[in-house]
Amino acid sequence: MYNFDFEKPESVADAIAALQGEEAQALGGGQTLIPTLKQRLASPSTLVSLKGIAEMQGVCMGDDGSVCIGGATNHATVAAEAGAYPALADTAAHIGDPAVRNRGTIGGSLANNDPSACYPAAALGSGATIVTNARQIAADDYFQGMFTTALDEGEIITEVRFPVPEKANYQKFVQPASRFALVGVYVAKYADGVRVAITGASNDGVFRWAEAEAALSANFSASALDGLSLSGDDMISDLHGTGEYRAHLCAVMTKRAVAAA
Amino acid sequence: MPKDGGIGASSKRREDVRFLTGVGNYTDDINIHGQAHVFFLRSDIAHGTLNSVDTTAASGMPGVVRIFTGDDFAGVGSIPCGWQITDKHGEPMQEPAHPVLATGKVRHVGEPIAAVVAETLEQARDAAEAINVDIAELPAVVDMKAALADGSAKVHDDLSNNLCYDWGFVEENKAATDAAFEAAAHVTSLELVNNRLVANPMEPRVAVGDYARGTDEHTLYTTSQNPHVIRLLMGAFVLGIPEHKLRVVAPDVGGGFGTKIFHYQEEAFCTFAAKACNRAVKWTSSRTEAFMSDAHGRDHVTKIELALDADNNFTALRTETHANMGAYLSTFAPSVPTWLHGTLMAGNYKTPLIYVNVKAVFTNTVPVDAYRGAGRPEATFQLERVVDKAARELGVDPIALRRQNFITEFPYATPVAVEYDTGDYNATMDKLEEMGDFAGFAARRAESEAKGKLRGLGVNCYIEACGIAPSNLVGQLGARAGLYESATVRVNATGGLVVMTGSHSHGQGHETSFAQVVADMIGIDESMIEIVHGDTSKVPMGMGTYGSRSIAVGGSAMVRATEKIINKAKKIASHLLEASETDIELKDGAFSVAGTDKSVAWGDVTLAAYVPHNYPLEDIEPGLEETAFYDPSNFTYPSGAYACEVEVDPDTGKVSIERFIAADDFGNIINPMIVTGQVHGGLAQGIGQALLENCAYDENGQLLSASYMDYAMPRADDLPMFDVDHSCQTPCTHNPLGVKGCGEAGAIGSPPAVVNAVVDALQSAGKDVTHVDMPLSPDRVWAAMQ
Amino acid sequence: MTQVSMTVNGKAASGQVEGRTLLSSFLRDELKLTGTHVGCDTSQCGACVVHVDGIAVKSCTMLAAEADGADVSTIEGQANADGSLNVIQQAFQDHHGLQCGFCTPGMVMSAAALLKDNPKPSEQEVRDYLEGNICRCTGYHNIVKAIMAASGQDVGAIAAE
Repeated sequence: MYNFDFEKPESVADAIAALQGEEAQALGGGQTLIPTLKQRLASPSTLVSLKGIAEMQGVCMGDDGSVCIGGATNHATVAAEAGAYPALADTAAHIGDPAVRNRGTIGGSLANNDPSACYPAAALGSGATIVTNARQIAADDYFQGMFTTALDEGEIITEVRFPVPEKANYQKFVQPASRFALVGVYVAKYADGVRVAITGASNDGVFRWAEAEAALSANFSASALDGLSLSGDDMISDLHGTGEYRAHLCAVMTKRAVAAA
Repeated sequence: MPKDGGIGASSKRREDVRFLTGVGNYTDDINIHGQAHVFFLRSDIAHGTLNSVDTTAASGMPGVVRIFTGDDFAGVGSIPCGWQITDKHGEPMQEPAHPVLATGKVRHVGEPIAAVVAETLEQARDAAEAINVDIAELPAVVDMKAALADGSAKVHDDLSNNLCYDWGFVEENKAATDAAFEAAAHVTSLELVNNRLVANPMEPRVAVGDYARGTDEHTLYTTSQNPHVIRLLMGAFVLGIPEHKLRVVAPDVGGGFGTKIFHYQEEAFCTFAAKACNRAVKWTSSRTEAFMSDAHGRDHVTKIELALDADNNFTALRTETHANMGAYLSTFAPSVPTWLHGTLMAGNYKTPLIYVNVKAVFTNTVPVDAYRGAGRPEATFQLERVVDKAARELGVDPIALRRQNFITEFPYATPVAVEYDTGDYNATMDKLEEMGDFAGFAARRAESEAKGKLRGLGVNCYIEACGIAPSNLVGQLGARAGLYESATVRVNATGGLVVMTGSHSHGQGHETSFAQVVADMIGIDESMIEIVHGDTSKVPMGMGTYGSRSIAVGGSAMVRATEKIINKAKKIASHLLEASETDIELKDGAFSVAGTDKSVAWGDVTLAAYVPHNYPLEDIEPGLEETAFYDPSNFTYPSGAYACEVEVDPDTGKVSIERFIAADDFGNIINPMIVTGQVHGGLAQGIGQALLENCAYDENGQLLSASYMDYAMPRADDLPMFDVDHSCQTPCTHNPLGVKGCGEAGAIGSPPAVVNAVVDALQSAGKDVTHVDMPLSPDRVWAAMQ
Repeated sequence: MTQVSMTVNGKAASGQVEGRTLLSSFLRDELKLTGTHVGCDTSQCGACVVHVDGIAVKSCTMLAAEADGADVSTIEGQANADGSLNVIQQAFQDHHGLQCGFCTPGMVMSAAALLKDNPKPSEQEVRDYLEGNICRCTGYHNIVKAIMAASGQDVGAIAAE
């Protein structure tokens, strides 16, 4: 690792101030960032830990009935405390491994927007609102391609608000080495329609499968998906599977998520 | 029947206490006052001309002690290869030089180009980034068959081509074998890949070099399976340091699996640099470095053909294999696809004619050498896959076909130059059938199908050869080392013993099991015996631990030394008891005169040896310390039968192991608990090879699986509980303990069982799939079904 | 360099660290607690697992500065007060749940975290919990068995000795 200064502010305002420094970078749980730093693929001058900010911690219910998760809340806490949205809690319970879940944060995951991460699927699939120190961003506007988001420099995720669906489920088919999603499908049924978000598959990062959403909005059953398929042409093709295989898994995992929801 | 200590008891491991409390002493735990750290700048290009390495800017960076490049090793020898193969024309293999740091060219991603010694590792790394390396990239040689084609780029410009050797075995059998194929009633053939693996012991490699200017003595602490071999190879061939000035210590070592046998550049570098810098120099491999610098394993591409007569008797077998050597010859690399592979091609069967051809090929990849099983898994996999395929083609029961062709009379001389001393292949198969409840398989398959899953059953046999020997034979075969083992048994005045063994324990539990043997021989408590290993300054000589040789060879040396101790102690006892030596009996730690109640305790005899007041000084020397070297007369031949049941998810291709059953014959067993653990570990690695692990390069020689993000290590939820038995025991006839070795069996025997099971599952669904190459990852299985 | 202070295995510990100093490096290099091992650089093998404020974390993926003021426990602090092996350690020895010993500290620390949350885990729960701890020697059979035995469950029915 290149060396850096370490700061641990106790308020969002102090964190934002600290992030104004040149090459300053926010540190959530560090479960992706620290391995990246070890490879010397990043060289921040200052790491600003968000873990000391009490107002960014924990799970609560919003006035509109949504589940609100502080940006610095770790996955284990979401798994344990987001019982009002069981599919979300279950998704959190299967990210990484137990020790990773004890450190990794929802804000860190969404800010990184790894194309194989679980939370982007949950957020997009739930039509969540990403709340930052500056604004509120709809999930549909937030994810802008692999490792790319609507966040501005120095902007941090303070909270994520998930409207609670009637039914939802996340199905992850793991890449056997990394245990990230080779394909992960998040399906959520709301009163105004069904959302289907897919991670792991696309070269453009997490995406919604509109055709499946339309079919499921009309008939929320696995059989409604019969005959629907995605093209593998723009999907990730690597050691662990071709684009064609990933496209196939998208359909399989979507059906399974619907059946399990 | 469980015993209370001694041979056959599941004694708990004494080494566990330090490992469980965090006070083990692994190489990275060793820090020497004033040590500097080295960071190796490694090539990120697979093949290129090294035009220049400019260290000017880097040399002035903070903390830099010295920067080394290939030029600094001009007077230093090449990293040696320990085995020379003679090809089918009687010519020696092509053997390239292997520099400590690259000179002239880089030949694989990960090859060290420069080494920065600095006060801290991060400073060394900072400076390494400031080194200016100019490499003119050349076409990478990756695919083995393309490497042998005319016009291929050459990995080594001074060799005539990329062919290390073209080996025929047994060349005299070739014509008769071909004739048998002409006459065959049925021929089954199969082309397959034995996938490249990375051994991945959990402890990455570490080397700490130290130098004492006052005495001109070098010390190397290293993560090695055989410190004496490193001392010999590095001292005599690379650095020119005589053995009495070079101490090599391999303390607690966190797993080896073959890849810690070999002598590596980093060891030579740290030893060399400690003198050059006049301070200790430490290198700790990161896992990422391990992937591109630890010798890899397997990587064979094979065509195998089996000829059968009208009665389904195997009449001939022939194979053509391309074996990847990587860019340089690692220590034992040439022996793996030849003598450790060709000699096993008879397997458990009385096939009368066998011909094996192996072309070993240089490529721009990390060197390939022995990995758990080393040649024997490759032999077993192709043989047991082709036998299974033959059974399916002929519509006969795969177990019956195997039984029909089993060798049943011993000793048995195979057509591939080895003689099996003992075995009972029907016994292990009987045991497997008993454990496996194959009659219940149809019901289990129906249950799986009710869940939408395909279920398959795969069975196979294996034979392995452990404790490769004797030295005079392996010398004829090209080994540049002896393959004996030594042990010194030192008895202290108060009766305790220290056994100094050349075997090395890096997870095998020798400190416990070796003590059990000596305790049993003398009749004293195991706690009175200390096992010392891993330090050339303590142990007289050692060839180390690999090839499942420790108990069969190292244990035998220890038995021989202990026998000498007992013989001398009997002389002392006969003096003390005033009786004839021939009447002295040793039992339960006491010497007695046969037929009388006269006896003297072990401790009184050992005290007399060191306080020789009442002692036959005119006949024997005082003291009680003996050394023995044991050179086996033959290999040992463990064998067994394995079964695997899998479920395949037809929608995703995901395979899960539902049951795995192993019936092994290891001959006599010292510690059943440890033996079972060895089998479990071997099975996990074999199943890992079959389902998960794949070391892949792209066409430019870039390593695609360079971390645990892409190299799938078996994890707890990938594996089932194993059902393991070793009650079938045909003791080895030629070593004193009747033991055979058990460390590699699981890794050798399990891959074909898994693949046979998956093929069975896919065929049960009507899929015309006769083979899928390992690893049987979900994408590959799914693709095979389409 | 900044000063960090923490409690490690019940004792006060402090030292000067850089921002980049990992907790694993601080434990191993500064405090000489070399029982915590580092087996990978991608946060996957789990040989480095320790507890920070009672929670299992990968100490190679946490900065020492992040543990400032925390209560840290490592493998060196697991034995009983009289030095004898604790229940989990003893079960690992009794059931041969370790071979080379390198992954063992992380396994024991993860097992302790599991049993704190789930005192009687099923075999599948143990296997799932060990997702972040890689062992190359044992095939996990005896690790799983040891952890179940440490939880007081009868493991007699599990195959093999």
